[in-house]
Amino acid sequence: MTLCGRYVKWFRMDCDFMRGSQRAPHDLVDVGRSCDRMKEDPVHELSIAQSLLDIIVDESKRHGLERINKVRLQVGEFAAVVPESLTFCFELVSRDTVASGAVIEIENVGVTARCDKCDFSFEVRDHVFLCPRCGEPALQMLSGRELTIMSIEGETGEE
Amino acid sequence: MMEINVPVVRNILQANERLAAENRKRFDEAGMFVVNLMSSPGAGKTSLLERTIDALAGKIGIAVIEGDIQSSYDAERIQRKGVQAVQINTDGGCHLDGNMIQVALSSLDLSKVDLLIIENVGNLVCPAEFNLGEHEKIMILSVAEGDDKPVKYPLMFQICSVLLINKIDLLPYTDCDISKIRERVGQLNANEKIFEISCRTGEGLDPWLSWIEQMVGEHRTLRAGKQCQ
Repeated sequence: MTLCGRYVKWFRMDCDFMRGSQRAPHDLVDVGRSCDRMKEDPVHELSIAQSLLDIIVDESKRHGLERINKVRLQVGEFAAVVPESLTFCFELVSRDTVASGAVIEIENVGVTARCDKCDFSFEVRDHVFLCPRCGEPALQMLSGRELTIMSIEGETGEE
Repeated sequence: MMEINVPVVRNILQANERLAAENRKRFDEAGMFVVNLMSSPGAGKTSLLERTIDALAGKIGIAVIEGDIQSSYDAERIQRKGVQAVQINTDGGCHLDGNMIQVALSSLDLSKVDLLIIENVGNLVCPAEFNLGEHEKIMILSVAEGDDKPVKYPLMFQICSVLLINKIDLLPYTDCDISKIRERVGQLNANEKIFEISCRTGEGLDPWLSWIEQMVGEHRTLRAGKQCQ
């Protein structure tokens, strides 16, 4: 899909975008390279991997985990995510962290929708969001866009 | 050492969702109508902005946030029209996220803005996954790209509420069949509003402009209603 290049480069905030605040509103303000979360991201899976790591680090601290062995995810079939790319990006961002070397286990979730008119719920096939019972649009997606961390498995420091 | 399994159940993109919700609150407080404009590179996002600004800048306050991987070329094009424009360079990043919008908002004077257009990075995949707090997701497809795009990029077509089919003046020179686009989009999102336009000739732009004006009016009314309370 969008694997444009396999490299990672991080930019740190240098605050020089504040230059812009000195100017009149109609001046051109370049806010590029200004966010500490902004980084060279040839695939958006990298942003997602970073967000995933943030949650894992947070949960590890909360539960006193010193090492994470396994992370279980649910990824919807309609989520714009390539599992291999996400796994690869996670390997990169988790280096030298509590989750370094952790196995990512991904459970795929099919697309289901509910009819706006007759409330019938069904599995969406071939991207057709029309009710198979009454033919009306079924735009309430019940599942298929998941990007959810379900559980983490790890080791505490306790004996 | 003890091995434990911790149930978590958290949305991986929750940080972005939180920022998007903050953005939305800010947009609503200001009574602005905000759109997230997406397309592949070269479909005509900036041309549509220029046309829209030419037609409406005298009637409503417009501001633009330009997202590009590199260069400030697009923001400069917009600024020449005399409206506020902020450029975000993602330096390789394939989409805008909620945080980038927050930073960009700090550079805009929102007091007289009725319509804020966020032009996303040209890409039919990644921007679909990141909410910015916008009211409507809008996409442009140019006829030269072909009528198979809804099949290849279903998520983008499914989540957008408006589709602009651009460059219809080129139809005689392509194999693109607009009825096929309409049929495929109808299966993905039957409520999606479709406008057939040509930013080059100006054909078909009036219904689009009327829709924008109507939406801006509705959001102004919401703001006025809140102020009265």
